[in-house]
Amino acid sequence: MIIDVNFVGLIIASIMASAVPLILASCGELITERSGVLNLGVEGMMIIGAISGFALMTVTGSLIIAVFGAMLAGVLISTIFAFLTQTLITNHVATGLALTIFGIGISAMIGKNFVGIPGKEFPIIFEGLKDTIPLLSPILFGHSIVFYFAFALPFITSYFLKKTKIGLIVRAVGDSPESASNQGINVKLVRYACILYGGAMCGLAGAYLSMIYTPQWIENMTGGRGWIALALVVFSTWNPIKILIGAMIFGGLTIIQFHMQAIGVRIPVQFLTALPYIVTIIVLVVISRDSRKIRLSTPSSLGKSFYKDN
Amino acid sequence: MHKLFIRSFVSSLVFLFTLTVAAVAKDVKAAFVYIGPTGDHGWTYQHDVGRKAVEAAGFKTTYVEGVPESADAERVLRQLANSGHDVIFTTSFGYMNPTNKVAKEFPNVKFEHATGYKREHPNVATYAARFYEGRAILGTIAGSMTKSNVIGYVASFPIPEVIRGINSFTLAAQKVNPNIKTKIVWAFTWYDPGKEAEAAKALIDQGADIIAQHTDSTAIVQIAEKAGVYAFGQASDMDKFAPKAVLTSVENNWGPYYVERVKAVANGTWNQKDTWHGIGDGMVVISDLDPSIPSNVRSKVKKLQADLASGKVHAFTGPIYDQKGNLMVAEGKTADDGMLAGMMTYVKGVEGDIPK
Repeated sequence: MIIDVNFVGLIIASIMASAVPLILASCGELITERSGVLNLGVEGMMIIGAISGFALMTVTGSLIIAVFGAMLAGVLISTIFAFLTQTLITNHVATGLALTIFGIGISAMIGKNFVGIPGKEFPIIFEGLKDTIPLLSPILFGHSIVFYFAFALPFITSYFLKKTKIGLIVRAVGDSPESASNQGINVKLVRYACILYGGAMCGLAGAYLSMIYTPQWIENMTGGRGWIALALVVFSTWNPIKILIGAMIFGGLTIIQFHMQAIGVRIPVQFLTALPYIVTIIVLVVISRDSRKIRLSTPSSLGKSFYKDN
Repeated sequence: MHKLFIRSFVSSLVFLFTLTVAAVAKDVKAAFVYIGPTGDHGWTYQHDVGRKAVEAAGFKTTYVEGVPESADAERVLRQLANSGHDVIFTTSFGYMNPTNKVAKEFPNVKFEHATGYKREHPNVATYAARFYEGRAILGTIAGSMTKSNVIGYVASFPIPEVIRGINSFTLAAQKVNPNIKTKIVWAFTWYDPGKEAEAAKALIDQGADIIAQHTDSTAIVQIAEKAGVYAFGQASDMDKFAPKAVLTSVENNWGPYYVERVKAVANGTWNQKDTWHGIGDGMVVISDLDPSIPSNVRSKVKKLQADLASGKVHAFTGPIYDQKGNLMVAEGKTADDGMLAGMMTYVKGVEGDIPK
């Protein structure tokens, strides 16, 4: 087999396409966690986004309604989580897990009538430029608008957290809700907003799967990507730029693995499937050895309920 | 007063008894146990299409989906047997031991286990489909239509059923085109559209111009459509998902068997047996051939289909060699069912090793 530059370009492009849902969901969850809320419902919100996007596309025929509808569905289901954890002060972990189980169940119920229907083709942009530059063309051109948005998102998120006032407020709420509250910040409101934003991004990630990546509806089609996205947030040590790198590695493992199989290289497939989680654990071990690093990167109040504010 | 009470009690008992007897005599109830959700559009979906055929034939049916192949299966089976079901279809290989165990406790209930081989009690029958016959048809088409001589094959798990399919496909393809190579990628999933799409994309990027699949989702044919290569549908007719790419599909058609067996229970003619039906009995169905298949290939396919159906041709006819060149089936002989059921080696011409 000849390895030419265009072939490498194609592989990188496939890796990037597979990283898109991970980036979207992780960046959304990152904002939620930065405000001090641990939402383990990523998988559930993604699957709700996937069925909502697909159902709306089938029923209305409009891709725009479907994409925004999926985001709205993510917002709606995360509202339940926000109400439970912020207003009723329930435990974040238990509520998040319940959200995932709920999402998988209800998506299957709604999805009953949408199995076996082909999806609509999603428009791709810059298709004409696909063969202009070797190596770079397949990477840069001929993707959907969501693809470009996903690769811009970590930079936008990073800018938002570091350079804007609202970003600072989010970080303050996550690190010390008591101090933020004393400064006159409505902690509950900020956390509500961050949870809802996380829901919207997870909804979009799900819609990417059911409308663009593999346009169809199948039960459980997110296939555990929500859990990988959660692992990715920890892997990145709550840094959006590192999410970009992590998503490429996590998404890339599967694709490289398939290419190696097709070339005929013998590799233990099961090991590679487990690798994202192993890498995450290693990163966790490495960062937890350095208490200063933990204090700097982990939102201090992550997963803790905040009572005082009213 | 006392007498009146007893009389009314007895009469109501008699009334209830008559009702029950009438209900039992009137209809046969069939239950189905599924490994996955009916929404998988693959294995379980096709079994559920079969169940609907039983329903259409005028019988009552129930189903339980997403039943794990563990102690849970026993619990579900016991509950179904206890709640007045006369025949229970268990539609996954892993239900083999639970089915036999529960069958012993309920000798009056008939059990039908798919893809297994244990019939320990007289009320257990087994059934499976010869999907490898369908794959011989796909191999014939693929061997005739490939230009790159590289055929991609997305496989699920290394079990005899899947390896038999790969071998049957490759043997048939070699027969029409000795230069072809079959590249296998194991996805280690039955359905995960994202993963299946990535596996197919890798094969296409490496030069495969026809993709076959032994996983259940429609993601692979959609990727093939986008990339402008050919593909084959799995389990159900997938043509509408990729009208240009899909050359044909191999459909699992359980309906006729299910109706026949439930009717047998109703007539009292049900008997224990092992059924392994193929194209001839209509359990394996080949969907309409795509117009892009040229007429000479079309006639070859039609002939093979007729010969497989009549039994004139067997998909595993010798001489067949394994990858190392050892003789598996001698010239003029055909592989027996025992060999097919336990097939765990690739035939010559398949690239790579079977993962362990």
